[in-house]
Amino acid sequence: MREILVVKDLKKTFRISAKQQKLERTKEKVKIAVNGLSFVSYEGEIFGLLGPNGAGKTTTLRMIATLIVPESGDVFVDGSSVCKEPDVVRSKIGFLTSELKLEEFFTPNYLFDFFGQLHGMEKSLVEQRKAKLFERFGITKFAEVKVSELSTGMKQKVSLVISIVHDPDIIIFDEPTNGLDVLTAKVVTDFLMELKNQGKTVIVSTHIFSLVEKICDRVGIIIDGTMALCDTLSNVTREKCLEDVFFDIYAERAGEAS
Amino acid sequence: MKSNIITIMKKEFARFFKDRRMVFTTIFMPGILIYVMYSFMGQGLSALYSSGEDFIPQIYAENLPEAFSEMEGLPVEFITDTPKEEAMTLLEEEKGCHVVAVFPEDFTESVAAYEVSSGEEAPQVELYYKSTSTDSSTAYTMMQEILASYETSMVNKFDINQGEGPYDLASEQDMAGMMFSMMLPLLMMVFLFSGCMAIAPESIAGEKERGTIATLLVTPMKRSHLALGKIFSLSAIGLLSGLSSFIGTMLSLPKLMGGVEGVDAGVYQVGDYLLLLAVILSTALLLISLISIISAFAQNVKEATSWVTPLMIVVVVISITSMIDSFRASNNVMYLIPLYNSVQSMNGVFSFEPNVAAVVLTVVSNVVYTGICAGILTKMFGNERVVFSK
Repeated sequence: MREILVVKDLKKTFRISAKQQKLERTKEKVKIAVNGLSFVSYEGEIFGLLGPNGAGKTTTLRMIATLIVPESGDVFVDGSSVCKEPDVVRSKIGFLTSELKLEEFFTPNYLFDFFGQLHGMEKSLVEQRKAKLFERFGITKFAEVKVSELSTGMKQKVSLVISIVHDPDIIIFDEPTNGLDVLTAKVVTDFLMELKNQGKTVIVSTHIFSLVEKICDRVGIIIDGTMALCDTLSNVTREKCLEDVFFDIYAERAGEAS
Repeated sequence: MKSNIITIMKKEFARFFKDRRMVFTTIFMPGILIYVMYSFMGQGLSALYSSGEDFIPQIYAENLPEAFSEMEGLPVEFITDTPKEEAMTLLEEEKGCHVVAVFPEDFTESVAAYEVSSGEEAPQVELYYKSTSTDSSTAYTMMQEILASYETSMVNKFDINQGEGPYDLASEQDMAGMMFSMMLPLLMMVFLFSGCMAIAPESIAGEKERGTIATLLVTPMKRSHLALGKIFSLSAIGLLSGLSSFIGTMLSLPKLMGGVEGVDAGVYQVGDYLLLLAVILSTALLLISLISIISAFAQNVKEATSWVTPLMIVVVVISITSMIDSFRASNNVMYLIPLYNSVQSMNGVFSFEPNVAAVVLTVVSNVVYTGICAGILTKMFGNERVVFSK
């Protein structure tokens, strides 16, 4: 199996505001979000980053997506470094998080074309992808409705479709099913499986055990910005279910910390 | 990938021009409002003067000397048969009495007998009026003038400008140039700034606030293309808004000036307008860049708007230099000072003394400053603290 995503000793710290220091009752001015994180993802698999809120999942994904710059370490996406060739990396990945919004004034049709152009795609190819993806997600009927008038589920579907307008080989989803109703969530998880079957690599971050158990081939458990465990799902859940494995590791870490 | 700048510009234009309300409030409304406002102000002003022409003040006079009652063609009417106390009440209650004039009993004789060199107190005329009433104030001024000219006529030794004339050698064009060059650079800067302020915070801080800018930043597009695309498109819209206000001003100015001949947009040639357009366009670029940088720092539109206000004050203060001769640019190097160069270049064009070299320096330096600002904006788009500042 080919290594398509290599994360090497990734580190990122944030400065904490005086207000936040008071809230967290700490005197430390710097918070380590990601602390020497390393992992590898192979071509054609679904890799799940599992961890509680604040573990550093989103920060890691943002660094992979080149939205924030690592303090040290590097990420290689299909051989391209996020530090040295961020533009190339962005052309190879599709990135979706609930923080990335679409301009509500425009229609799905307009936005799809717009993002297609930004990815440097041929017009005919954009049309082809649009027809296929809009049909697949039932957006065709709403293609000319302004985003502001769409339901939350439909907005999420449009965001999803637009994030993969350029047919990337690596797709990164931050909390893909968060805030979605069960129907839309199922559409999304089914689609992730479909992408995998097409040979794409999918990286998801989540704190939902069942989602990892359902779709992931391999899983990395992140706690306090470090990788506590990284292995295939079958290896991890050989003796216990994922939830128990996670809480054992968590208790162990908490014990170490105290 | 160069076309990404165009793609961003097209999107910004689509966002703006497909929103009818935005087009109306940003482009049409400023021009229409200014036209209507200035026209009304002009009408109001001329109504004020014309009412002065028809108005005949009623002067209640005590001991009115014959010299006045016999004077012909006076713009006032003297009423002599009402007692002073009654007249004072009428004046106070604003009931048809505008001024109460009290002359000394032997006014004519005592004035004739009075020697300036004697050092004694001169005979005194008392004029009672009510400053809060426009009519009374006007009547008071007229009465002062009548008395002053009476005083002058008694010792008339020479006259000034009583011949055929014309004595003022300024042509109508000169007058127009002076008026325009004093007012228009300031107005134009303010219009441009308001136009830019109406769109840039919304487009930069607004996109940040709504999380749509991060969506753009995960595409392979270069940050510099995003910065330039935004600056170019927003400048064009800001320019349109500024021009709308400018056209409104040029059309209504003759009315504001009360129909002074020669004061209209026709006094300038096409070349003058082209120079102006170049200056205004480069200024729009610079203003948009500055406001964009401030907006990129702000977390939301509201914050951006309040942070931009100090810049507005700076722009207004710099624009006032067009009204003060001592602040004029004395050499071409001064045309490298941002904002000041725009004001002074416009001043030159409006006063019929266009300095082409200065305009070129202004435009080139503004473009260079815009480039620097675009560089800063590009860096900011790459900075996570700017993009995810929440």
